[in-house]
Amino acid sequence: MGAGAPGVLGPRPVAAPARREGGLGGRAVALQGFPLPRQPPRSSAGAAMEFAELIKTATVESVLLSGAGLPPVRGTLCITSHHLLLSSRPGGDGAPGSVELWLLIRNVDAVEKRVQNLGWYQPPRTNGSQRDTRLAGSSGTITLRCKDLKVLQLEIPGMEECLNVASSIEALSSVDSVMMLYPFFYRPPSLRLEAGWHLFPLERYYQQIAAQTSQWRLSSINRDFSACPTYPPAVIVPAAVDDEALRKAARFRQGGRFPVLSYYHRKNGTVMLRSSQPLTGPNRKRCREDELLLGTVLDEGERGFIIDTRSAQAAKQARMTGGGTEPKASYPRWKRLHRPLERGRPLQESFAKLVDACNDTALTMDRWLSRLESCRWLSHVKAALSTACLAAQCLDREEACVLVHGAEGTDTTLLVTALAQLILDPGCRTLAGFQGLLEREWIEAGHPFHLRCARSAYSHARLKQEAPLFLLFLDCVWQLSRQFPFSLEFGEQLLLTLFDNAYASSYGTFLGNNEKERCLCKVKESTHSLWAWLNEPGEKKKYLNPLYSHNALVIWPSVEPQSIQLWQGLFFRWIRSSEYLDEAWAEIQRLVENDDTSVEESAGNRQSQAPSDTAAQTENKR
Amino acid sequence: MTQPVGWRLGVMTSLCVDHVQQSWQQCIVENVRLLDRVSSRKAALGTLYLTATHVIFVENASETRKETWVLHSQISSIEKQATTATGCPLLIRCKNFQVIHLIIPQERDCHDVYISLIRLARPVKYEELYCFSFNPKLDKEERERGWKLVDLNEEYNRMGIPNNYWQISDVNRDYGVCDSYPTEVYVPKSATAHIIVGSSKFRSRRRFPALSYYCKDNNTSICRSSQPLSGFSARCLEDEQMLQAIRKANPGSDFLYVVDTRPKLNAMANRAAGKGYENEDNYSNIKFQFIGIENIHVMRNSLQKMLEVCELKSPSMSDFLWGLENSGWLKHIKAIMDAGIFIAKVLIEKDWVSFGHKFNHRYGNLDGDPKEISPVIDQFIECVWQLMEQFPCAFEFNERFLIHVQHHIYSCQFGNFLCNSQKERRELKIQERTYSLWAHLWKNRADYLNPLYRSDHSQTQATLHPQIASCNFLYKFWSGMYNRFEKGMHPRQSVTDYLMAVKEETQQLEEELEVLGERLASLQKVQSNDNKVKSKQQDQNKELGRSTSNISLANTPQEYNSNLKSFPSRSPSQGDEEDSALILTQDNLKSSDPDLSANSDQESGVEDLSCRSPSNGGCLPSEDSGKDSDEAVFLAV
Repeated sequence: MGAGAPGVLGPRPVAAPARREGGLGGRAVALQGFPLPRQPPRSSAGAAMEFAELIKTATVESVLLSGAGLPPVRGTLCITSHHLLLSSRPGGDGAPGSVELWLLIRNVDAVEKRVQNLGWYQPPRTNGSQRDTRLAGSSGTITLRCKDLKVLQLEIPGMEECLNVASSIEALSSVDSVMMLYPFFYRPPSLRLEAGWHLFPLERYYQQIAAQTSQWRLSSINRDFSACPTYPPAVIVPAAVDDEALRKAARFRQGGRFPVLSYYHRKNGTVMLRSSQPLTGPNRKRCREDELLLGTVLDEGERGFIIDTRSAQAAKQARMTGGGTEPKASYPRWKRLHRPLERGRPLQESFAKLVDACNDTALTMDRWLSRLESCRWLSHVKAALSTACLAAQCLDREEACVLVHGAEGTDTTLLVTALAQLILDPGCRTLAGFQGLLEREWIEAGHPFHLRCARSAYSHARLKQEAPLFLLFLDCVWQLSRQFPFSLEFGEQLLLTLFDNAYASSYGTFLGNNEKERCLCKVKESTHSLWAWLNEPGEKKKYLNPLYSHNALVIWPSVEPQSIQLWQGLFFRWIRSSEYLDEAWAEIQRLVENDDTSVEESAGNRQSQAPSDTAAQTENKR
Repeated sequence: MTQPVGWRLGVMTSLCVDHVQQSWQQCIVENVRLLDRVSSRKAALGTLYLTATHVIFVENASETRKETWVLHSQISSIEKQATTATGCPLLIRCKNFQVIHLIIPQERDCHDVYISLIRLARPVKYEELYCFSFNPKLDKEERERGWKLVDLNEEYNRMGIPNNYWQISDVNRDYGVCDSYPTEVYVPKSATAHIIVGSSKFRSRRRFPALSYYCKDNNTSICRSSQPLSGFSARCLEDEQMLQAIRKANPGSDFLYVVDTRPKLNAMANRAAGKGYENEDNYSNIKFQFIGIENIHVMRNSLQKMLEVCELKSPSMSDFLWGLENSGWLKHIKAIMDAGIFIAKVLIEKDWVSFGHKFNHRYGNLDGDPKEISPVIDQFIECVWQLMEQFPCAFEFNERFLIHVQHHIYSCQFGNFLCNSQKERRELKIQERTYSLWAHLWKNRADYLNPLYRSDHSQTQATLHPQIASCNFLYKFWSGMYNRFEKGMHPRQSVTDYLMAVKEETQQLEEELEVLGERLASLQKVQSNDNKVKSKQQDQNKELGRSTSNISLANTPQEYNSNLKSFPSRSPSQGDEEDSALILTQDNLKSSDPDLSANSDQESGVEDLSCRSPSNGGCLPSEDSGKDSDEAVFLAV
């Protein structure tokens, strides 16, 4: 039970009143769930030393913390290797103060500092002592804009302290080395280190397919990540294609991402594949093995669809840089559909603009909608959902196989394949199934989380590889949950938690860019899995949807603009009070649980009084 | 009043014949096509009937024979478009935001229908309105009870009026002072008849300040009046005394706020016409405030623009948001919300009907000046909805209630919203000749309850404090209203209906438990099969509740590939010829798989259990033109 800053915080901060992280109320996870910082293990003492250099000022007294929604608090600010803490003044006799802020420094997206010399603001020195005036004479305000979109302000007495604190936070928040990140130091007592890492092995997913058809095999061609550095060690491929052919096909695809099975549609045996773009190049190169691979997927006389997430124009232009797309002549049974989806910098800018607009309190109603429109975020949501629906429609209605790819095959491709599965497969709509989907289609499939989620909407840092594709996915899932309120086993809280953890986490689940990197960093051996924590019974309850009932059908969402809404729970999480909506949810929960208990009670009653009838009764109820 | 759903067609035809003799030429047009508003590819072939009260379209498809019924009074505009090769398009826009797009093969038939509808949609006499012929088969007593459901005096009693400060005045007993006010008006005790009459002469249409709402917790009140006839300098001593009397009737406050709901510019412009606003210098202790709610003409245009946006065929997100913004509708809604102090229990009857809202003029039930039509009540209803979205537990009624009230304001099926003032309504003997909507809604109240409402809940206890300041994002487009008939756009599963079913089930189970307990006490161990059956039924109920809105449209994938056809031209590098062979259209799906359309319910997110339609059997506005066309029971005369 080590506290991050000995001497500042004696006991565990759990004892603190139910103040929430960031001191902002709203939907933050309650403090109890919060990771405790731990002294770095001996082996990484070097790292601790390095961090010590980054921390110019470790503690500052009398700092005023404020943020929208809650009254400001004054307390002692303390910077540790991974956290920013603020504890309000301790009571007498050394009684600990309450912790008002417990912020993972990795969560800080942008630091803005403003120092001011307040000397001339002071009223004429009539009774104020010399010292008071000097203290008030200089101070600074640090605005912390966090990756989870909340905004905090720290008013720090003393200009130098302020600058020191700001630069310490800046330095600590931009540590780029994966192994220096907090998950490698976080050791919660209630979790086992290895728990949650092997909940969803691809082998098990393969077994389900193998039970239905023998056309697919599990290949360990990528055991040592040699065929494709961004694929997991095992992939599902057509049984008729051997590893040697795969290796050749991999050379014909960008980053070696040859077509692999993403989803098997049990209803009619069609499959969804994903890959990266073929390296057609300006000379229209071909690859026999790649053509063979795709050819064997289709039965005699069958046709398939290639959904390219770029415009036809962009796909054509990609040939200039060695990429391209499948020419009709070489893949005669595959029909290409182009559905341009935004990615990369424009998507990141769209996200930043939207967050800007949401935070702009001066905006009036007659400007709000055009601001919202100019962000284009909702257009991206609509486009992503439509494309996923198209893929699902091809599989379910046209009974045709589908290959999805864009350029690299690690971004919009995964967005489409993951969403399509959620629409088609009821198994993905449970809490465990959704975790499995994320594991399989985002994490193991090689979405570069470390690059994409390095910075969030506020960062002024020069953008490199950042893009909120995962957030876009979560937003689309939220749209589905709004249109089908009974069909997803999990609720909004899970989506918010996933967003937070993708950008800054105490857990290792979203670390690194692919399985190879995770393997090199020994992520699975040295960090805790987010799933282990989420699936703890006490924690899990928060993420369940009380209205859930299994729905075996395909859920076709509406993609009309009238049906797409802004995800207020995320974008306004720290801005507006959700008190009344939370009350409504509590009421829904009460109603549904009341119903369940009354069913149980009545069933139970019958059981005790009329044993002969119970079997039929309970069966009916469930 | 509820007729079995099956009889419709036979009766309808005879109705047609009836009316041929009265004033109407019989109108039946065959081979008419009804276009789907969302998907242009879906069109239904059928027969169009015009009756004295309804436009009816019956699909030919033999197994469904789906019917679409539209009351003439719901029609807001009829547009005949240029004839094309396929026929003559006729566009019927309704006041409840339904849009019917028909294609009639013969230009001449189309013209006949057009001319007939223009006449039918705008009757010249009140007596032609549907409510005078609508007969839900209630006896006289029931009808009278229906009209007494909402008693204004009782409302005021609830507010604690009359009391020491306020009283009923009979100054308007023969509508002598103001013909658009009711006979009984609540005014401050200290306001004498002389003051009232004097004040009324200084007010536009003689609408003197009268009490609207009284908050007994802190003795404050809301009064309302029309604009003063102040011009540039005119004064009226009695009017000044009237406001003084009102101020004194609010013992807790030193000031009287006078809120003018117009933009200041409009108010100033009115001075030139001898009207205007109160001059702060002439009235003691008043504070004047303008709130820029635009006038009816601006509002009408705004709504019009918004509806055009709703009508766009497969708009992009940008088209939609731009259109919505340009319509200014949400801006106006916000302005109204900013202005209003709304009370949890919103009483439409009191605030809108008794105090001479110009229902007839604004809703265009009769043929009249189109410039007088304005969607003020639509805006009011929307404001209530916006509040419901922010305070989900605060309202006893649900969204469906608002939609149905809106529907009936225009349906003219009930007498409540007819005419422009109480005076006119009395002259027409509305209460003796028509039925009250409130009785009808009350009868089906179970469908209109908000399952989240609890009378002991904090949101219902106190005044609501909407987040007004700079929370633009709170104001959302209400697709449940404005795209009410495009079912595919709405959430496919209704939380409200599910929770209502849950509540009902809980209650039933508790009752059942009680019954069982009693029986067990008397017959220690006898089990009857009856119980099993019962519980099975309830179980089904619960399932049904979850799957309320299953309409075929909602259950099939949309045209996610709407621009598929343009695809070949977009890939010039390929020069593919065969693209056209692979089209994922609905038509293709249907032809390739004949079972598909029949099965489509199974393919949706919502299971095809016969739907627990809350509006089944009642004469409710039809939302669902699916298997049970509820509109049909409208004719249950």
